[in-house]
Formats: sequence, structure tokens, C-alpha cells
Amino acid sequence: MRPIIEIVGLSKTYASGFTALKHVDLEIQRGEIFALLGPNGAGKTTLISIVCGIVNPSTGTVHVGGHEIRKDFRATRSLIGLVPQELTTDAFESVWATVSFSRGLFGLPPNPAHIEKVLKELSLWDKKDSRIMMLSGGMKRRVLIAKALSHEPKVLFLDEPTAGVDVSLRKDMWEVVRKLRDSGVTIILTTHYLEEAEEMADRIGVITKGELILIEDKAVLMRKLGKKQLTLHLHERLDALPESLSAYSLALNSDGQELIYTYDIQAERTGITRLLKDLAEAGIRFRDLNTTQSSLEDIFVDLVRQTQ
Amino acid sequence: MNYHGMRAIYRFEMARTGRTLMQSIVSPVISTSLYFVVFGAAIGSRINQIEGVSYGAFIVPGLIMLTLLTQSIANASFGIYFPRFTGTIYELLSAPLSFIEILVGYVGAAASKSIILGLIILATAGFFVPLHIAHPFWMLAFLLLTSVAFSLFGFIIGIWADGFEKLQIIPLLIITPLTFLGGTFYSISVLPAPWNTIALFNPVVYLVSGFRWSFYEVADVSVVLSLFMTVAFLAICLAVVGWMFKTGYRLRN
Ligand SMILES: Nc1ncnc2c1ncn2[C@@H]1O[C@H](COP(=O)(O)OP(=O)(O)OP(=O)(O)O)[C@@H](O)[C@H]1O
Ligand SMILES: [Mg+2]
Repeated sequence: MRPIIEIVGLSKTYASGFTALKHVDLEIQRGEIFALLGPNGAGKTTLISIVCGIVNPSTGTVHVGGHEIRKDFRATRSLIGLVPQELTTDAFESVWATVSFSRGLFGLPPNPAHIEKVLKELSLWDKKDSRIMMLSGGMKRRVLIAKALSHEPKVLFLDEPTAGVDVSLRKDMWEVVRKLRDSGVTIILTTHYLEEAEEMADRIGVITKGELILIEDKAVLMRKLGKKQLTLHLHERLDALPESLSAYSLALNSDGQELIYTYDIQAERTGITRLLKDLAEAGIRFRDLNTTQSSLEDIFVDLVRQTQ
Repeated sequence: MNYHGMRAIYRFEMARTGRTLMQSIVSPVISTSLYFVVFGAAIGSRINQIEGVSYGAFIVPGLIMLTLLTQSIANASFGIYFPRFTGTIYELLSAPLSFIEILVGYVGAAASKSIILGLIILATAGFFVPLHIAHPFWMLAFLLLTSVAFSLFGFIIGIWADGFEKLQIIPLLIITPLTFLGGTFYSISVLPAPWNTIALFNPVVYLVSGFRWSFYEVADVSVVLSLFMTVAFLAICLAVVGWMFKTGYRLRN
């Protein structure tokens, strides 16, 4: 099936002359949760804004649900719900009014039952008659999510939905996101919390300085991350690895004090017992040992550092 | 066409009026009443009839025009500027709405408010002076055309402005002087030369004159010319809006 979002050669240079996106290609599959990671100013919001029709692209094309975003803007925008990064809400309207307003804007007839369902899912029901300005920041975030869901979108963009949000709302929110995904909604989120991407996403993209530097299945990424390292701190420094140990994936650090063994935790046998035995036979003794597992965060930080 | 979208904007804007009833309805009515007291009663008692119409009655169409112009501009410019200012415009831009539909929502609401206000002031005036409307159809036509044209103008200002100061500057520096100099309180024929000729460059003269004609059949300039000028102003505003639409001016980066 055709991807729900197809971005080809997308670039954006703002009027100020700043290039926020450089030739981005990206395909989002129907029904997946895609996490877009990247440091501040990487271009995440710019990318989302272009797909949603808030910012005009400089070059490149975007198709949503098979429709081009400028020529068929009605079709593409009807499919999309957006929760913006900034807490921008009306002030004087009631929660109910503002969410109903959003549904109307997107061209749908009133449906109080749907609005009620959305408000209840987001624990906003008892606040439905409150003026928005009376709500706390986290509650306003919920209102923004409710607005985005008011017109039953097929694609949902969440631009840093958990910034400034407490644990309970975060749990509520992921609950809602999972339900949406189960009902076939495609979700694209940006976040600075890597655990979140790790927990929620099916695929992960990393963007820095306007370039997508990595797009990977989370499962594949986790397999890569599934590697663990055993570091042995040696008693005496070694100049080279003994011949008898050449079968292992061993590395000696530059000062010869540490021996690093990389293994796959998912493999049936890690080979550690045998390695330790062979080390003893080779007369290599060690003072200490520790193991490390690289997290998504390490990979991410490494990647971003490499491109700088 | 996204009818639900247009309706949502229209109702949102009308609800805003409801919330600010004091500011948007009551205060224009009070200030107009004050004009009646000051100009109609106090000064009017010393002024003879103008072209067979008592002074109090003579200024009614001009006062209504004054309100129409200022309120249409204020409502429409604020309506579109405020979401830009707060950032809630993101939703409008990401909705499946064409620029025309957005325009119909905002300008339609601003014009509706002006028309309602104009009719309220007309009714208020009825308490002070005996009113006579010779051509009700044309009265309503001028009311409608002027409200729409100046709401469009206000919409343009609301998109052009990048601060509250700019939002105020055009109504304050251009519209208010033009209205006061545009024959609101007098017939421009009473002006000495060359001012009665210079006044003809003031577009408001044509609006007031045409509107007054629909009441009392007295006019400074021919009605056809008045109508033509009103429609021309409307067309210019539409052209500017069309250009804004094409270029995404100040709305989409
Ligand atoms: N309207 C604008 N005019 C000029 N430059 C802009 C504009 N909007 C954003 N930028 C610049 O484009 C770059 C990308 O911004 P963007 O908001 O897309 O980043 P981001 O990845 O969402 O960052 P963050 O994590 O901080 O939200 C930034 O350097 C920003 O300064
Ligand atoms: Mg951002």
C-alpha cells in the first residue's frame, strides 16, 4: 500500500535566508507511530508545519493519503490533526466551544457525542464549561489534543506533546495515542525524551540541522542496541591480543589496560564463561569488570555529534 | 466549499461580540446619542434647515456612516489580527479552508455586526428626531455595501499590521479625519471654495451623500456616482485581498 505521507526532496529556506530543511525525503507508513528526534532548531517543527499547510515549502513535494498538499489541500488537511508545540489557545472561550469550533473549521457537521468522547478520554469532561484561560498549562495541552482529535483525523502530529506535562497526563496521553493507533490512525511525534520514543514508536527518525540523518525501525535499532559490552580492567597492560583469543570479538583499548568484549544479549550463548576460562589459561588477570548497554540516547548523541 | 468551516468562524466572531456587548454595541450607541444631544439639539437649534431637512435629522445618515466605517474596520482588523498575535492562527492555516472562506467568515461577521449596529443607531435616532426614509431599499443597499467594503478594508489592515499600534494607526490617522471632513455633520456645499472642490477627493463624501439621499433625497453628488465609488472601493479591497491570497502575504512563511 502507498505510504500515507510521502515527502520528496523537501527544502525550506525562511525569508530571513535561513535554511531550516535540506532536501528531506521521508515516507510514513499507514498506521505506524513515527518518532522524530533532533536537537533544538533541527527543523522538526518546520517539517511538520509544511505537511500541515502552515508553512510553504521552498522546494520539494509532499503527498498525504495520495494527495498533493497544495493542489489538494482540502483532502490532505482534512486527514490531519495537529497538536502544536506552543500552548496557543483562545482565552475566553469554553473548552466545549473551542473543541466544537475546531471540528467545524475542518468542515464537519457538529457531533456532540464525539466531542464528549474525546473530552472524557482526555479527562477534560468536568472542565468542559471552564474558560480556557482558567486552566493550567497541562490542561491547556489536553485542550489542544482534544481540538486536534475533534475532526477524527487519520494522521496525527504531536509536536513535543509531553513538554511540561506531568506523569499522569503523559500516561493518559500515551493511552490515547495507543488507542488511536489501534484504530488505524498514523501518528508522528517529536520529543526530546528518548525513552518515550523507545517506548512508543515503531520507527525512529533523527534530524539535525535540517537533514534527516537516520531513519530506522525501532526493532532494528534496538537489535543494534541489543549489543552489550563487557569491559575488563587488566592488571598488567597488554601490547597485543594473544593468538589464542583471536576467535572472540575482542578489542584492546589504546593504552592496553582494558579489554572490551562485545556480545549479543539476545544470543543463546554469550560466550562469557568460555572467554573467562580462556583468559585465565592465557594468564591474563583482571582487577575489575563492568558491562554497559548503549541506549537510544547514546546512539542519538553520537549521531548528532558526528554531524557537527 | 467548507460551509461548516465558514460558519464556525462566523459564529466564533459573533460570539466574541456577545461577550463584549458593552464595548461593541452599547458604547457606539452611547457615543452616537451624545452626538445627537450636542450637534442635533444644542447646535441644531441654531442652524436653519439644510435643504429642507432639519439639522438633527440631516446628520443621522452621517452618524450611522461614521459608526459603520469605524466599527467595520475595528471589528474585522481585530478579528484576524488577534489569532495572528496569539498564535491560534495555526489552526486556521492548517484547516481545509480556502482564503476566500476565511474571508467570508471574518468579513461576513464584521459586516453583520456593523449592519446590526447601524440599524440600532437608526432606531436610537428615531427617539431624537422624526425620521423619514425615502428609499429603504437603497438605504439598506448602501448600508450593506459600505459595511462589507470597510470590513474588507479592516481585514487587510489586520493582516498587514504587525503590532497593535499599526492596527490603530490607519483608523485614527486616515479614517476618522476623512469621516469628519466628509460631510457627516454638514453638506459640503456650505464649504467655501476651494474646499468644496477638495472635498470631492474624499471618498467618504460619496458614501455619506448616497446614504443621505436614500433618506431625504438630498445629495452632494449624484447617487450613481456615490454607488459607483462605493463599489469601486469594494473592488479595490477585493483586489488587494486577492493579491494577499496569492502571495500568502504575512500569513504563511
Ligand atoms: N519564521 C522563521 N523565520 C526564520 N527562521 C525560522 C523561522 N521559524 C523557524 N526558524 C528557524 O528554523 C530552524 C528550525 O526551527 P524549528 O522550529 O523547525 O526547529 P525544531 O526542530 O522544532 O526545534 P525545537 O526542538 O526547539 O522545537 C531554527 O533554527 C529556527 O530558528
Ligand atoms: Mg519545534
